[in-house]
Amino acid sequence: MSTIDYIKEHFDRLQSAEHSSSLQAIRQQAFQAFSKWGIPTVKHEEWKYTRISSLFNKAYQLPPLQEAVTVSPADIASAFLPGHEQANALVFVNGLYMPSLSVIRSAGLRVIPLEDAASGEFKEVVAKNLGHSRHYLKDGINALSTAFLQGAVFMHVPKGCTLEHPVYIYNITDARSASILAQPRSLVFVQERANVEIVETFATLGMTDSFTNQVMEMVVEQDAVVEYYKIQNDVSHATLVSTTHIRQTGKSEVHTVTISLGEGIVRNNLNMVMDAERCESHLYGLYLQQGNGHIDNHTIVDNVSPNCYSNELYKGVMDGHATGVFNGKIFVRQDAQKTNAYQSNKNILLSDNASVNTKPQLEIFADDVKCSHGCTVGRLDDEGLFYLRSRGIREKIARSLLLHAFAVDVLEQIKNGALRQYIDKLIEERLEIDQL
Amino acid sequence: MLSIQNLRAEIEGKKILKGINLDIKPGEVHAIMGPNGSGKSTLASVLAGREDYDVTGGTVSFLGKNLLELSPEDRAKEGLFLAFQYPVEIPGLTTTNFIKTAVNEKRKYHGQEPLDAVAFLKLMKEKMALVNIDQSLLSRSLNEGFSGGEKKRNEIFQMAMLEPKLAILDETDSGLDIDAIRIVANGVNKLRNKENAVLVVTHYQRLLDYIVPDFVHVLYNGRIVKSGPKELALELEERGYDFIKNEFPVSEEV
Amino acid sequence: MKTETAEPLKDNRVDDDLSTIEKTVLSDYKYGFVTNIEADTAPKGLNEDIVRFISAKKNEPEWMLEWRLKAYRHWLKMEAPNWANLTYPPIDFQDIIYYAAPKQKVKPKSLDEIDPELRKTFEKLGISLDEQKRLTGVAVDAVIDSVSIATTFKEQLAELGIIFCSMSEAIQHHPELVRKYLSSVVPVTDNYFAALNSAVFSDGSFCYIPKGVRCPMELSTYFRINAENTGQFERTLIVAEEGSYVSYLEGCTAPMRDENQLHAAVVELVAMEHAEIKYSTVQNWYPGDKEGNGGIYNFVTKRGICQGAHSKISWTQVETGSAITWKYPSVILKGDYSVGEFYSVAVTNNHQQADTGTKMQHLGKNTRSRIVSKGISAGFSNNSYRGLVHVSKKADNARNFSQCDSLLLGDKCGAHTFPYIEVKNNTAVVEHEATTSKIGEDQIFYCNQRGIDTETAVALIINGFAKEVMNQLPMEFAVEAQKLLAISLEGSVG
Repeated sequence: MSTIDYIKEHFDRLQSAEHSSSLQAIRQQAFQAFSKWGIPTVKHEEWKYTRISSLFNKAYQLPPLQEAVTVSPADIASAFLPGHEQANALVFVNGLYMPSLSVIRSAGLRVIPLEDAASGEFKEVVAKNLGHSRHYLKDGINALSTAFLQGAVFMHVPKGCTLEHPVYIYNITDARSASILAQPRSLVFVQERANVEIVETFATLGMTDSFTNQVMEMVVEQDAVVEYYKIQNDVSHATLVSTTHIRQTGKSEVHTVTISLGEGIVRNNLNMVMDAERCESHLYGLYLQQGNGHIDNHTIVDNVSPNCYSNELYKGVMDGHATGVFNGKIFVRQDAQKTNAYQSNKNILLSDNASVNTKPQLEIFADDVKCSHGCTVGRLDDEGLFYLRSRGIREKIARSLLLHAFAVDVLEQIKNGALRQYIDKLIEERLEIDQL
Repeated sequence: MLSIQNLRAEIEGKKILKGINLDIKPGEVHAIMGPNGSGKSTLASVLAGREDYDVTGGTVSFLGKNLLELSPEDRAKEGLFLAFQYPVEIPGLTTTNFIKTAVNEKRKYHGQEPLDAVAFLKLMKEKMALVNIDQSLLSRSLNEGFSGGEKKRNEIFQMAMLEPKLAILDETDSGLDIDAIRIVANGVNKLRNKENAVLVVTHYQRLLDYIVPDFVHVLYNGRIVKSGPKELALELEERGYDFIKNEFPVSEEV
Repeated sequence: MKTETAEPLKDNRVDDDLSTIEKTVLSDYKYGFVTNIEADTAPKGLNEDIVRFISAKKNEPEWMLEWRLKAYRHWLKMEAPNWANLTYPPIDFQDIIYYAAPKQKVKPKSLDEIDPELRKTFEKLGISLDEQKRLTGVAVDAVIDSVSIATTFKEQLAELGIIFCSMSEAIQHHPELVRKYLSSVVPVTDNYFAALNSAVFSDGSFCYIPKGVRCPMELSTYFRINAENTGQFERTLIVAEEGSYVSYLEGCTAPMRDENQLHAAVVELVAMEHAEIKYSTVQNWYPGDKEGNGGIYNFVTKRGICQGAHSKISWTQVETGSAITWKYPSVILKGDYSVGEFYSVAVTNNHQQADTGTKMQHLGKNTRSRIVSKGISAGFSNNSYRGLVHVSKKADNARNFSQCDSLLLGDKCGAHTFPYIEVKNNTAVVEHEATTSKIGEDQIFYCNQRGIDTETAVALIINGFAKEVMNQLPMEFAVEAQKLLAISLEGSVG
């Protein structure tokens, strides 16, 4: 049975098993959308360069209806990131939140099941924001996540609260005994004047194929500050679609860095909806790909309100048979006068078989704006290479140094020191700088 | 030390060097002068091994080795240093890290242990004082946002760190005011000794007031058409390059 | 870089023309008149019989009819493209007249015999069909509705071996060339509108430059839609043999009518080794009125192939007219060291919509392309740049530079940029830059303070914005194009 047929069957099981859930209606609605759209094929403009539809001919399994912990703390220890000891840890296994494996250290931080939030004190916040990404991602894969809302969390950072510890989110897919379709889902509510750092990462256990379809939606209120880091360095048989949808509802600041180093198929959606005046957002990305790796970064910056500032810089290095895709959209709505929006995508191709497809896109409906985008695809700068070699540095090392230099301005955007050093080390290993 | 014989080079089919002959011995300072387009910078580039140029004839021996067979990095490790006319900016690579890599690569080539951080810093401090370069410059990305003078000073600092046998200064004075020229020239002079040599490539005589050459060669239309003592530079300054052009009209290539 | 010395001259030209701009900013679409001349038309609608009718009218050989029918049958199976950033009601292809020819009593044997009404039409448009009156050497092929009326300077060109005639004539007199090259760049099945054009095209220009010949004058076609309810489907084919050069101009206008009229043209260029084709367009089809009624639907397929090494194709376009513009002049860079260029100024005002850009397909080694696109949006219009730069796996050392700038006048219009960049070769260097800006109040104030009124100041600033593209146009066209820019934007700044 293909995954699609199985999904249809499984959906009815889920709905009847949780018939009293506060999420029934939204699941039903999303499932209808999914049935209409299906898994996006390359004919879908936003999926032109990333082929995932054929993966669904395989027989992935969705998680069982009852929570069953299949992994032990020891199993996931290898996924831990530096700074772990001093961080809140939210662990998802096969898409379901695992309180027993998670650690909440910070006073103020609340993490509760999404269905509880949807029926309790956060009812309105959930109603307004859960599934908000569907307005931007009109495809079956986004609908699929909402159709199977299960084991999802609501994370709350209350008014004026500066979290002492960062929040590390581990999306673990246990593919040791079966091919898994995991759909971790979260809704993050960062209230006025709150301050939080979130680090999200992905790890697959086992050797069978897995497909992770993760969605995080976030609301950021007035004067809040958010740092968000997405670290991807998973195995090559793991496929990942990772969506982060951030809506700024008050003058606030969001800083994101996406690092992609794995060799599997990765599609990232990062949406920044600037729904209030004077919002500021930064979107940085670095992707180093080799082997048959495929990395697709789709970003949307939607300037709904005036006087917002956004800056985006994505850099990529493609080796082997790797493919890089970048699609960056900037929308400036009619009311969003005085928008300042910048976007840049730079790529280096190292091998004969690597390729890059990039599409920086502007759609502007206001006249008093400053917007620019640029992109480059090329090889390492010959002049720089010669300069280094003329100082006695071997060509191989010179190349590594130049590539590292290329990556530095994104690396520097990781403000968490332990994390930055860790990523830097991974990159140095990849570039074999550590062997100098 | 350096012996160039009948060196010919071209770029994209265009002949630039049409038979250069030049001998440089340890301890000597040579100056190559010539009008724009005469091939001065090409000569510097070919010696350093820039791959845009095709060497179509002649030989170059450097310390007994066939220079033209060596890669640019091996030429550097053998002791040839080119101070670039336009030093390259490399955002993201700190000057310190760059020089440390270069110094240790050279040490490795000569069978020496790499310098540890302490020894390297000590060496750096020492050389910094020698060429009056500021610490803050070295922690910034290589040449990025440096002024013209800072870039050239950084070149001389690298020269101090790498202790070359032969330093080629390619139009090092271009874009510098007189104070900056003096500082750079002082740096070069401090680094001179009986073992090493300097080849100054310049359009103007003024740099030669500070780095006094033993020999001056006039490069014109791809050939050295005149050689003489340092006074030749003064003569060129007074009379301009026109008299050379008149004396040696461009002849058809045979 | 080579044109540095020519620059100041062009600057003067810009300045000299200031008064003209001032005059013309106040005028409306001045080409909106209708010529009263009887037309010989086909019945409305499209079917195989209409295709046969057109082919018979043109007295075409059998192979040409077969070619048309093949296109028609394929078109029936196709769907209209919907990927462009354009909205318009579905086109009723049965409500269009596919053939309309001005009735002339006798077929003119020389230019003197042309119907005076027609002659007047072109005089009004500023196009003289009288060779003696032409000061500069521009040879003109005048096309009204579906047929070519006159081609000037034919004999002089023939002495050099240059063939410049209407497409109908070419099919009659040079069938071997037409057969060889027609649809060699744009296959009949290429896209919906190209297939339609192939089925029903009625005329157009054909141009052949033999080996080593540098065409001594600008060649030009002037298109005019006159008849009501008529679609215009012309087909242009230019072949430049080894080492030849030609500069080609194209202009177009239509009367003001309340209904939308369809224009679906195909242009094919073939450049052999060391050949160069420069193709310039000033597109000024009727854009519709201020409320968005009427106007031409302009769906055009233009493509050139740099077949031989060191060949060059350069497209320059100034797009100010049409209600809808759907147009992507492209270059297939097949020959090694070949060069493709695309320079575009697209102006949209009122309710106009433009989705235009280019495709640069790098196939050969050391190929270069350059894209400069300037979009100006005003009123309620939408202006999109859509471009593709594709570097194939074997295209070593390909280079592309693209610059796409947008200028918005007012906050009811939109500017969109959709650049696709696909690179499959690691020796390629591809750069894309885009900016969006508005005319600064300080700029206008500075002009005002020097005694220049706001409308003129805007015209000046826009000409500055578009200058890089305007400089690519042949002199004659540049002046006209500048006037057009000013006219198109009239009333958009207040």
